Amino acid sequence: MRMNKGIIHISACLMLATGNVVADEFTQADLDRWQNEYMTVMDKGERLFHGGLGNQNTVSCDQCHPNATNTHPETYPKFQQQLGKVAVLGEMINWCIMNPLQSKALALDSDEMIALQAYIHYERRNVKLAPGKH
Amino acid sequence: MNKRIDRRSFLKRSSGLLAAASLPLSLIEIAFGKGSTDNFTFAYLSDSHITHIKGNKFVHNWDRGLIRAVAEANLMDPKPDFVFYGGDIAQLGKPEEIDHGLEILSGLTPNVHYVMGEHDYYVDLGEYWKKRLGPDYYGFDHKGVHFIVLNSILTYEAWMHGKWDSGMQRMLQMARLDNPQGSPFMVGDRQREWLKKDLEKVSRETPIVVFSHSPLQKIYKGWNFWTEDAEQIQALLKPFSKVTVIYGHVHQIQYNQIGNISFNSAMATAWPWPYPSTYKQTDSLLPKLTVEMNRADPFFERDATGWQFINIHSGNVELHYLLPNNRNRIVAFDAEAGAPVDAKHQKMAKRTAAQTHY
Ligand SMILES: [Fe+2]
Ligand SMILES: [Fe+2]
Repeated sequence: MRMNKGIIHISACLMLATGNVVADEFTQADLDRWQNEYMTVMDKGERLFHGGLGNQNTVSCDQCHPNATNTHPETYPKFQQQLGKVAVLGEMINWCIMNPLQSKALALDSDEMIALQAYIHYERRNVKLAPGKH
Repeated sequence: MNKRIDRRSFLKRSSGLLAAASLPLSLIEIAFGKGSTDNFTFAYLSDSHITHIKGNKFVHNWDRGLIRAVAEANLMDPKPDFVFYGGDIAQLGKPEEIDHGLEILSGLTPNVHYVMGEHDYYVDLGEYWKKRLGPDYYGFDHKGVHFIVLNSILTYEAWMHGKWDSGMQRMLQMARLDNPQGSPFMVGDRQREWLKKDLEKVSRETPIVVFSHSPLQKIYKGWNFWTEDAEQIQALLKPFSKVTVIYGHVHQIQYNQIGNISFNSAMATAWPWPYPSTYKQTDSLLPKLTVEMNRADPFFERDATGWQFINIHSGNVELHYLLPNNRNRIVAFDAEAGAPVDAKHQKMAKRTAAQTHY
């Protein structure tokens, strides 16, 4: 894949030099596959968010955050005053998992944590980034 | 004439259940109408979502919200004439949850009236709730005010019957607020027919207070901040000069005025919900009048939860929100504005930055 892209890139430059503008586009098949990969993980995140985490007390993320509202992922990393440090979204997710959900923190690079963030960000798509905002 | 209730007089009544520091009632004024003997107060608790885990285990957080509201409501002085419970006692309508919630609510000294919530209903279509609490729609008169209770969380027959494998599956579907497979709430033909008949006996000048679980107005369908036949119910209430609708379900402060009808929502004792406008993928219709409450701080378990007491003041409602980690708020009907108004924050210039939501 990488090799192919390199070749396409070089040929695009050559054509640029001759006046023909050909962008270095990905194929539709690639785009579809990548989007599909993302949406599969996003769907998994949606299930985890809505009671799929298997925590014993059965409390789920969506009970306080319908459609992942009031999670404002666009503001992270930010100084989380209650934690006393600049935190990433995953650390706040873990705070919720440990406190209202009374369960164990996920590894920040675990499949579940990535899926939860894929869902939270998807529900917040098109909102401007505002790192650090309160 | 103003009667002042300060922290000390509450403490006098305290039975040692609560430490002084946990009392949210710092200073509350109850205004009484000139020379009127008919003014009265009642307390309103709602949305406790008592959740059974297994055996004798329940989710502590939600238990604590209700326990606290009950203890505080008992400290009210003067005593409320009665208490209203606005629905969603249970999370999944299980008998264990309804029993446990009612056990906590049995600590209330005044008589309690109940409203059906969707979380009490969809597992067995309200059978256990009705067995414990009686009918889900009714009316009564109290000191010149006509009270009406409606079950507003019914939905289309086709959704209710034959779509799900079990009652619990149906309950779990309805329990998910943001469920795209959900179905809109409604009061339905039978109760509207009953309401029409009930209102025939009431004079046009009699103040009317209606209790429903969902708003009898349309705010956001995606989360069922919505009642499908809202306009038809509003039309039945239109001939009366003073009408107030008080509802739960939304777990947040909302208020509105549509013609002659004032709308007031109540806080949950369990957890708060963000305003629908914070969901950026779609539009919603939060009433313009509403000054939103603060964004909840999750690190304080009871933040943005609470309960309220309601003073019926010359036929209109004055609603006091008791918010453990926020300043208490008062939303009262303002005769000049012809609408409910926040006592402190209504004017744009008086709104504070903390009340901005993402
Ligand atoms: Fe509720
Ligand atoms: Fe509800």
